[in-house]
Amino acid sequence: MRRLVSDTMVITERNLVRLTRAPDLVLAFTVQPVMFLLLFVYVFGGAIQTPGYEDYKDFLLPGIIVQNIAFGGFVTALGLNEDLKKGLIDRFRSLPMARPAVLAGRTSADLVTNTLSIFVLLGTGLLIGFSFHASLVEIVGGLGLLLLFGYAFSWVFALLGLLVSSPEAANSLGFIAVFPLTFISSAFVPVESMPSALQWFAEINPFTIVVDAMRALWVDGQPAGNSVWGAVVWSLVIIAIFAPLAVSRYRRSAGG
Amino acid sequence: MPSPVTATESIDAAQSAPHAEPVIRIRGLSKSFGEVRALDGVDLDVAPGTVLGLLGPNGAGKTTAIRVLATLLAPDEGSITVAGLDVVADAAKLRSQIGLAGQYAAIDENLTGLENLTMVGRLYGASRARSKERGRELLERFELLDAADRPAKTYSGGMRRRLDLAAALVAKPPVVFLDEPTTGLDPRSRITLWETIEALVADGTTVLLTTQYLDEADRLADRIAVIDHGRVIAEGTSDELKDRVGGERLEVRLSDRSAADVASKALAPMSDEPPYTEDGVVKLTVRGRSGTIVEAVRRLDEAGVGVDDLGLRRPTLDDVFLSLTGRVAEATDGEETAA
Repeated sequence: MRRLVSDTMVITERNLVRLTRAPDLVLAFTVQPVMFLLLFVYVFGGAIQTPGYEDYKDFLLPGIIVQNIAFGGFVTALGLNEDLKKGLIDRFRSLPMARPAVLAGRTSADLVTNTLSIFVLLGTGLLIGFSFHASLVEIVGGLGLLLLFGYAFSWVFALLGLLVSSPEAANSLGFIAVFPLTFISSAFVPVESMPSALQWFAEINPFTIVVDAMRALWVDGQPAGNSVWGAVVWSLVIIAIFAPLAVSRYRRSAGG
Repeated sequence: MPSPVTATESIDAAQSAPHAEPVIRIRGLSKSFGEVRALDGVDLDVAPGTVLGLLGPNGAGKTTAIRVLATLLAPDEGSITVAGLDVVADAAKLRSQIGLAGQYAAIDENLTGLENLTMVGRLYGASRARSKERGRELLERFELLDAADRPAKTYSGGMRRRLDLAAALVAKPPVVFLDEPTTGLDPRSRITLWETIEALVADGTTVLLTTQYLDEADRLADRIAVIDHGRVIAEGTSDELKDRVGGERLEVRLSDRSAADVASKALAPMSDEPPYTEDGVVKLTVRGRSGTIVEAVRRLDEAGVGVDDLGLRRPTLDDVFLSLTGRVAEATDGEETAA
């Protein structure tokens, strides 16, 4: 266990150092969500009815942050796939290090980049007029929930990165899998406005549950209810399923 | 977990003992990928402090063998021990005793040379300070100290391979696996890397390397195993293998390439095997040495074949490969080396 922690820290550090050497990647992960936020608020915002919310910004920001955090794991998928291609995974697997450390180091590094992108989005949101209706505890709780959910999705992306044949495939498959999930949810429009089949899907979609939980914590100004617990449980279930799958795939993975 | 230092000491002790047990012992190793039998009952021994060269064309099973030995791949059948540890049952323990340098430089291009080595040192369980110190030591030895603080993506191909090899040596492992260490390198970088490997062996490290280059096996390996279609088809020292091919080789460079058939026919009675022609040079194994050249000149003269040059030489590993597999070894053409 001590080895797992120290090896994970070594790999996390490595991944973060890499980011400082490739600042364009950091830029991509901060500018793109800001662009999305501005486009949605100013292009679609006027046309979307959000009963119960004074302003579309208040409705949208939690949704767009959740979408963005789910995509944060892309760094893990692309990075792992590149490591696999370049033979680095072979090197790591030949070392006397804790088996899950390479993956745990990746997903932990995502926590740092996710934190960064949350603050960029939140900062932009506050600048254009988003306002909290929440206590400090609720605000911090919301941040924690975002990071937990993002961490869970990093494990989904870890498995994806180990399964696909190229970073390009990871990119498009990840996009195909996650993009509709985020859109058929309460992230951008009220679920009630969708056709009934989509509504049915949106209501059981974990994204809806997490977005609703974030709205409950940050915007609704009412005691956060079951949705927060639902979001926590969903995140833990995703980790419980995908982390062992990814680690077992890593143990068997054959490099390029 | 045994520290790398004790591991080195124990191997030193093993080496001084007469008739030491093999450090690498492979019995009945088989591995299939679907229908393809990549390894088909391989038996090999490597004595402490020696180099075994695994020689074979692309797809012969060399890389699969290395991957099994380095605990990356589980064998289907066979009993394989490295440094007394079973590659399957004792895999976790074994990993602290081995170093692996692969076919592709397995380094993180965004980290500097020193950061790469420090990372590997820490993953072997050493402290950050100790790993850094060891990293500097290796960078100096591999003539990379000037580039220590530059991201590895700025390194040349040769520098990357050297860094990769350095990473394999971070923990001073008693056993090192090198999978085609010089494939794709320019001649100068190859020779530098050869010298590094020779120094490593002089320090008592046991090395198993794979190569497609016959000159590389000839130069570095104490013993050579020729592998083809997943089987060891010959094993021995370079000299033993050449003796196996037998006899001296007669090579005749023709003035006129189109006379190859006539020349082959004229020389055929001098050899037990049919002569073959490569780039206008007729080659054949001859039975004896004395009188051979005179006889060859007489025969060619009678057949009316013009000759630019003609000579006898010891067989090379190319000849060995050809006579064992019936194919010319691949990947040797276009690779002139100054060795």
